Amino acid sequence: MSLEIPTELEKEVDERITHYPVSKRSAVLPVLHTLQHHFGFIDEEAIEWTASKLELEPIKVLEVVTFYPGFRQSAPGKYHVRVCRTLSCAMAGSYELMESICEKTGIDRSGVTHHDPIAVSPDGKFSIEFAECLASCGTGPVCLVNDDFHEAVSDVDGLLKQYK
Amino acid sequence: MSAIYQEGKEPHPKERRIVFKNVDREGWDTSLAMYETEGGYDQLKKAVGMEPGAITDEVKKAGLRGRGGAGFPAGVKWGFLPPNNDKPVYLICNADESEPGTFKDRYIIHQDPHQLIEGMAIACFAVGANLAYIYIREEFPEGAQTLEKAIEEAHEKGYLGKNVLGSGFDLEIYVHRGAGAYICGEETGLIESLEGKRPYPRIKPPYFPAAMGLYLCPTIVNNVETLCHVKHILEVGGEEWSRIGTPNNTGTRILCVSGDVKKPGYYEVEVGSVTMGELINDLCGGLKEGRSLKAVIPGGSSAKVLRADEVFTVGRGDDTRELTIWDIPMDFDTLAACGSMAGSGGVIVIDDSRSISWVLNNINNFYAHESCGQCTPCREGSLWMKKITDRVVAGNASPSDIDTLDNVARNIDGSTICAFGVACSWPTESFIDKFRDELVSDTNLELEGELLNAEAVTAAANLR
Repeated sequence: MSLEIPTELEKEVDERITHYPVSKRSAVLPVLHTLQHHFGFIDEEAIEWTASKLELEPIKVLEVVTFYPGFRQSAPGKYHVRVCRTLSCAMAGSYELMESICEKTGIDRSGVTHHDPIAVSPDGKFSIEFAECLASCGTGPVCLVNDDFHEAVSDVDGLLKQYK
Repeated sequence: MSAIYQEGKEPHPKERRIVFKNVDREGWDTSLAMYETEGGYDQLKKAVGMEPGAITDEVKKAGLRGRGGAGFPAGVKWGFLPPNNDKPVYLICNADESEPGTFKDRYIIHQDPHQLIEGMAIACFAVGANLAYIYIREEFPEGAQTLEKAIEEAHEKGYLGKNVLGSGFDLEIYVHRGAGAYICGEETGLIESLEGKRPYPRIKPPYFPAAMGLYLCPTIVNNVETLCHVKHILEVGGEEWSRIGTPNNTGTRILCVSGDVKKPGYYEVEVGSVTMGELINDLCGGLKEGRSLKAVIPGGSSAKVLRADEVFTVGRGDDTRELTIWDIPMDFDTLAACGSMAGSGGVIVIDDSRSISWVLNNINNFYAHESCGQCTPCREGSLWMKKITDRVVAGNASPSDIDTLDNVARNIDGSTICAFGVACSWPTESFIDKFRDELVSDTNLELEGELLNAEAVTAAANLR
């Protein structure tokens, strides 16, 4: 499979690059965000495409992808859930929230590691990972589902029902 | 994140809302038209008619201290820009809010974006920056959109772009999204990240951003709340603004309270005007029913923990006073005198239902995950601290593990390029200083002397 970049997407990438008149390399993160938003994750071809777009060696892009927790190298579910793990949310029950979402979606987190933090449900609909502090400590437990933010989550069924 | 009024979120009478005036305000929205109904961008209009240096002087007079964590005077920071500089100057707004316990910039960004943009534009004019970035954490996707929309609106009205308000001053502001790394909140790490690299912090000296920042040019990095204050300082004048709060701890600041209180949330107060006791008991409605206070982390998770029954001696000479935890005024200097810090304003309250080992382990997990890995003491040490407290929580640690833990922490503190090393060791150091007995009580004497780390045993065997 070779990477197909729709014209609209490339236009968006080109526009983002104009935000960095001093150095194209500064556009690595925004270009990767644009690609991940479209494809769901960053694969080798996306890395090479980004590198050639920004006139960089691919390693300069790969080292960024592997460093930042915000970039994924494998496919998430249709809805990717990030549950805040850090202290205030943990005190408010984020570990229990994580357990409950996994139970209801059939996600098995036993194979999760630091370098491979995402677990996907058997039907591919949901994936989940812990995130570090999402900066909403007063309304824990909180989570992100794709780009939607949910606070003080107590009704897990109600939360999941919003995502068909 | 709703941008509209939420019932029941009215400010507490002890609050003084300046930066948060429009947060949770009935009928308020994020549009430019709304912002302009109450003098929006009037201060920018005033600023472009002033000498840039005069604006910096006002900020210096105000005594505005950075709201991001270090509490460094913003005007002094601006004053570090080299004189007779012929390189471009950049300004970066640090919107990477990620210190555990802190959640104030979120509401400014989502509910009052023009306030930030106006503050930034004034700051850019003052320091001579024609290009500025808002480095926003990736986990605020809606916030990034809100800011981009606000920037577009401001552009259309001539508040940004070429020839701002006919002044001859050009300014472009762009939103740059991070990608989930806490270290990007460290200003030189942020700059590396904005250059498209791994965010490994730079060593200071020589890489003080004001001298060698973004693209090795003079750069000012300020927190969201700090930049918002610039607008209000210009409105009333630095001297008048400095009368808010207490001497050397001027202005208002937003305290974010989470953990074991009845009403967690954000409270904007004059710095030093409320004590820890008033904050917990009045503003936050007190501890939960039947619970007593065990500890408070007063300024984000890196701040040293305060134990509920400690007595703090502050001041010098005749002015020496003894304070209980309840008496501590929430200002920069007193919290520092109590051996902790005001930090980012994130107050985490811990009651007697919590296990100290569990709390420390949660914090250690955070720092082990977020160490950038550049400096060995931090990369290895933060992971060791996590592994040891993992064992304590699981009941698999021996009492001497607590000494090892202490030793590891003290060997990180001060041995790293950036302040992350200090930040990750302070929780462990202070928890051991203040709660050693409880930590030891969670260990198992019978395990003393055993080599418990199976990985280490295997590794050692392979070496032989």
